Amino acid sequence: MARAIVRRERVRFLGFSFSLTPIGARRLANFERNRRGAISLRIFLALFVLSLFAEVIANDRPLLVRYDGGFYVPFLVAYPETTFGGIFPTEADYHDPEVRALIEEKGWMIWPPVRYRWDTVVKDIPGPAPSPPDRNHWLGTDDQARDVLARVIYGFRISVLFGLILTLASSLIGIVLGAIQGWFGGWVDLGLQRFIEIWGGLPVLYLLIIVASFLTPGFWTLLGIMLLFSWMSLVDVVRAEFLRARNFDFVRAARALGASDVALMFRHVLPNAMVSALTFLPFVLNGSITTLTSLDFLGFGLPPGSPSLGELLAQGKNNLQAPWLGLTGFVVVATMLSLLVFVGEAVRDAFDPRKTFR
Amino acid sequence: MSPDPRPASPPLLEVEDLWVRFHLEGRTVDAVRGVSFTIERGETVALVGESGSGKSVTALSILQLLPYPRAEHPKGSIRFKGEELMGRPEGFMRQIRGDRIAMIFQEPMTALNPLHTVERQIGEALLLHRRLSREEVRARVLELLRLVGIPDPEQRRRAYPHQLSGGQRQRVMIAMALANQPDLLIADEPTTAVDVTIQAQILRLLQDLQRKMGMAILLITHDLTIVRHLAQRVLVMTEGELVESGPTTRLFTAPRHPYTRRLLAAEPTGRPPPVPHDAPVVAEVRDLKVHFPIQRGLLRRTVGWVKAVDGVDLTVRAGETLGIVGESGSGKTTLGLALLRLLPSRGAIRINGIDVQGWSWRQLRPLRRIMQIVFQDPFGSLSPRMSVGQIVAEGLAIHGIGTAEERVRRVAAALAEVGLDPECMHRYPHEFSGGQRQRIAIARALVLEPKLLVLDEPTSALDMSVQAQVLDLLRSLQEKRGLAYLFISHDLRVIRAMSHRVMVMKDGIVVEEGPVERIFEDPRHPYTRALLAAALRMEAVEGTAI
Repeated sequence: MARAIVRRERVRFLGFSFSLTPIGARRLANFERNRRGAISLRIFLALFVLSLFAEVIANDRPLLVRYDGGFYVPFLVAYPETTFGGIFPTEADYHDPEVRALIEEKGWMIWPPVRYRWDTVVKDIPGPAPSPPDRNHWLGTDDQARDVLARVIYGFRISVLFGLILTLASSLIGIVLGAIQGWFGGWVDLGLQRFIEIWGGLPVLYLLIIVASFLTPGFWTLLGIMLLFSWMSLVDVVRAEFLRARNFDFVRAARALGASDVALMFRHVLPNAMVSALTFLPFVLNGSITTLTSLDFLGFGLPPGSPSLGELLAQGKNNLQAPWLGLTGFVVVATMLSLLVFVGEAVRDAFDPRKTFR
Repeated sequence: MSPDPRPASPPLLEVEDLWVRFHLEGRTVDAVRGVSFTIERGETVALVGESGSGKSVTALSILQLLPYPRAEHPKGSIRFKGEELMGRPEGFMRQIRGDRIAMIFQEPMTALNPLHTVERQIGEALLLHRRLSREEVRARVLELLRLVGIPDPEQRRRAYPHQLSGGQRQRVMIAMALANQPDLLIADEPTTAVDVTIQAQILRLLQDLQRKMGMAILLITHDLTIVRHLAQRVLVMTEGELVESGPTTRLFTAPRHPYTRRLLAAEPTGRPPPVPHDAPVVAEVRDLKVHFPIQRGLLRRTVGWVKAVDGVDLTVRAGETLGIVGESGSGKTTLGLALLRLLPSRGAIRINGIDVQGWSWRQLRPLRRIMQIVFQDPFGSLSPRMSVGQIVAEGLAIHGIGTAEERVRRVAAALAEVGLDPECMHRYPHEFSGGQRQRIAIARALVLEPKLLVLDEPTSALDMSVQAQVLDLLRSLQEKRGLAYLFISHDLRVIRAMSHRVMVMKDGIVVEEGPVERIFEDPRHPYTRALLAAALRMEAVEGTAI
């Protein structure tokens, strides 16, 4: 494209400066005008970026150790206890009073704000296993004596990452297939449509249970299996947009100019189809997160012991005498999904052509 | 029909100092500003204006049908038989609407409920205002259908809107409006969506019914021919204000306001520049056929063919305009698209003497430069997501013409040639009016320096004054560049002003062909005669019933 004939505007958003076409700039302004969505996006991004650095926020290994004139970074490198003058050649347990005493004798330690990881089994809790919130464990501990706050931080990260990757991959497949279906129509459309109907009718949950019996479900295997069934969400939207747009006059005009199928699809039709696809995206993301959470809740999700919001909810259900488990799970999941729905609403406003073009 | 001179009875409708204000996202727009007029019993008054002049808004405020509270009336009074309608409660207005004042709309397909039969739609209009038994309703529906000239009403009353032709749907709408014998009928562009021969029939029907029932008609239109034939008085609106009103004959012979004069002068006139005798043939088509298969059943077997274009010959020389006239469904647009190889067809298509029938897309691409198309709807033919510069430059990019700077220069030149500021290449289509958009579409075609331009109803979606400007532009471009035009239109006056030769199409075949003067002065085929009578003199021809 002749880029010289497009004027661009510089826009500041979230502290960064972007160069956008006037339409893009107006959409951004529309997004910002939805205050709730704009604030939600900022809160969500802040939480997400923080959770990306979970190892620095919640860890059972200190960030920095000064010992005997040398510096050590235990949260990155595993040091055997012998480094600090201990007896065992295994990795040092920095919560162990003896190790602590050894280190503090000849130096000091800097701890992260939360001194536990998702898998740290806490030995010094005041009562039996799910212990209520106290000074050390702000959200209490779960039934295996692990710090709930640490598990929530890691669980949030894994949920959002899973959702983002799944959404990205399934949208990519869905948009491409929907575009092909809508553009070429006829037998291609008919064949794919029937295939989607059959594929969509398969019982995903049972398949997952069966697959879980001979594969160890890890993050990536689970993602792959979910992807097999989640790519269908955007196909219909994009297909409908392409069916509608392929007969628009501006597409026919471009055809008359000699544009090829690929150019027509990607330059003329796709930008129009992307509006409705993008509007759906936050909700697809929400759906992906919910799916992972519900699988974890049922016990068919991530391997046992992984930090997961679904598992936390399941624990809450099994330990009604410890309401902090269920409440924490509920508040975290509800907040996360609400934030994303609000962002989705703002995105929908931003792409609303009536707001943009009048 | 002269107004009733008795002072005791107030006029049928009095509109006094009407204002309409819209609130749109923080802005307020005064769509109608201080409009006053009266309508007497049995009178036909035409409300004329271009799009955005506020004529439809004025009509809708009579029935209080505007989207309140987004719209409001800061001032004004609307009196029907001396009774104030402004600000009356919904319940009161509902008794007036459809009973004393009825309205017919422009697009009968969307104004009729697709899930209701004709009988049910008309019956509803009756039952809302009268207590009638089922038999009485049926009898009245049949009477109305007969009145509006629907053939075989016993059968047709069970039809759904999609089973009727455009003209029949418009007749059903009229029957609905007339169901309760209203005193005032508001007709908002009642024939814009139908063909000219049907338009003539519908307008004749309205006149007949008016004579029989003695109702007044407020006719909203942009078509001055209709006004001249139907209305006793004319109101001219522009930009929300009523600038002139008066008897039809006076207004057409001695317009006072400059806007009225401009409106009258905007009717397409003039002749195209003459064609040099030695002009080469640019495009030639022999025995062109476009047949679409009708497929049925599970296996999509082809059970028949729609012969959209069936054996058409045509020749266009450089600098010449071939006008193609026909009503909707005659195959004129299909012919244009097939000539550009945008639709599969059979028969020879020679561009610059080379037969391109059967060429692949890739083979054809270099030839695309010399044949271009301009579409009817300037709102649909420009991608809303590309800047004007990108739109015009796209052809250059596809054909790899010039460097980036040279493209910018060429785009600027093309925009200047169609009378637009080259600076507007940075703006987006939605910022332009219909006429400007059509200029952009012409610039997109021109930038490739074509030899042949297919113009598919290029001015049908434009207002009269803008239409005249675009036609002038097209003629001057033809003279300067020796362009060959295939000018497709249903509007005979535009065809006359633009074409050297004319082809009249009906049901996929050419019924008559010849030089423009011959066709207009001495039409030989009965269909051509019917078309001309309907379009230029508003005469309905019996026997070509819809």
